[in-house]
Amino acid sequence: MKCCAECGCKPKAASRNTTLWIGGTIFGLIVWTAVYSQLLPFAEWAVSVLPIPVSGKLHEAVLFFLYDTPKVFLLLTLVVFLMGIVRSFFSPERTRALLAGNREGLGNVAAALLGVVTPFCSCSAVPLFIGFLSAGVPLGITFSFLISAPMINEVALGLLFGLVGWKVALAYLVLGLGIAIASGLVLGRMHLENGLEDWVRKTQVAPPLQDGAKMTAIDRIEAGVDAVQDIIGKVWPWMIAGIGIGAFIHGYVPSELLGSLMSKDTWWSVPAVVALGVPMYSNAAGIIPVAEALLEKGAALGTVLAFMMAVIALSLPEMIILRKVLKPQLLAVFFGIVAVGILIVGYLFNALFT
Amino acid sequence: MKIQILGTGCSKCKTLGERTIAAAEELNLSCEIEKVTDIAKIMSFGVMATPALVVDGKVKCVGKVPALNELKDILTEV
Repeated sequence: MKCCAECGCKPKAASRNTTLWIGGTIFGLIVWTAVYSQLLPFAEWAVSVLPIPVSGKLHEAVLFFLYDTPKVFLLLTLVVFLMGIVRSFFSPERTRALLAGNREGLGNVAAALLGVVTPFCSCSAVPLFIGFLSAGVPLGITFSFLISAPMINEVALGLLFGLVGWKVALAYLVLGLGIAIASGLVLGRMHLENGLEDWVRKTQVAPPLQDGAKMTAIDRIEAGVDAVQDIIGKVWPWMIAGIGIGAFIHGYVPSELLGSLMSKDTWWSVPAVVALGVPMYSNAAGIIPVAEALLEKGAALGTVLAFMMAVIALSLPEMIILRKVLKPQLLAVFFGIVAVGILIVGYLFNALFT
Repeated sequence: MKIQILGTGCSKCKTLGERTIAAAEELNLSCEIEKVTDIAKIMSFGVMATPALVVDGKVKCVGKVPALNELKDILTEV
């Protein structure tokens, strides 16, 4: 999860050269491209230096690890940087103002889309939730936002795009939005307002803060750099662990095993991976290298997508945070509906793609 | 001068608290620092993202831990 780069602090614009900052950014992008193009030769060279038999399972696993680790780091840095800049144009306050006048339906679509670009941190989920409701955003629309914001994030999309391909990234985006919109609509129709904890409705909320001082180009680049430091600093252990597991699967798990366990003909594999994924908590950076290795070993795409979504979107820590504002039955309904949505996505994908 | 740190106890909120104390010490400010962890009270400032920094009742920074220098700027501006 990310903590937000948006800030109400007054930027110190004095004595900073815009040309220099933009030039530095372009230079950074050029260096990035140069390094990225050399990753495979580097990994092959590094493996050849190590005392490992050339053809063998260990060789395969180590090559996977040495190639994927710098690749994931580079991809993540670029995507998080760009997304940090995009996010500097949005703030929770602005999103709330945009959603407050909306009705169900279109409002759910807007909420799910804004969930992708609004800076969001799971530690802010509760104040955000109350802030939305107090501004008159309907409960169902608030849920659409709360589902899409953690699930469809820059880390997940960027890594899927880089490691698995643009088709899967696009599928993840569209299906994730679909789940957020549909679950929010269903929850809105159920009129569960009395499932909120009593103190939530009693809470007095001050009017929203006005937007901070206007951001300059430098501030936005800085927001990107901050996002990189913040997110990479937080997710790198997950990433290394995820790539390690991916490398193990890549080198040692026989294709026949996964091909049959996670194939689309095994009807119970989708509910099984969702049940497995909900209590598991990892962020996208940890789970996507695993997904990459699973897909390559012949696991069905729908099953892998359902697994990823369950791990990223539904987790015990999130349940504990939301329990502060939702009574147990509403919390259960919320998790149940999202889980059903993920199941449908898994089956649908397995049926449509071969 | 009264400084309030708004946050429900995540690691960022702790960092902001420590850094604010460090900034105040470097500036030799005489101030009272209070940590606000009650969500209802946090919401009463109109803040939707934590951590947030409030100086003399005014929200100065939301959803971010500023660098030590920025914090010093914020504290001297008042």
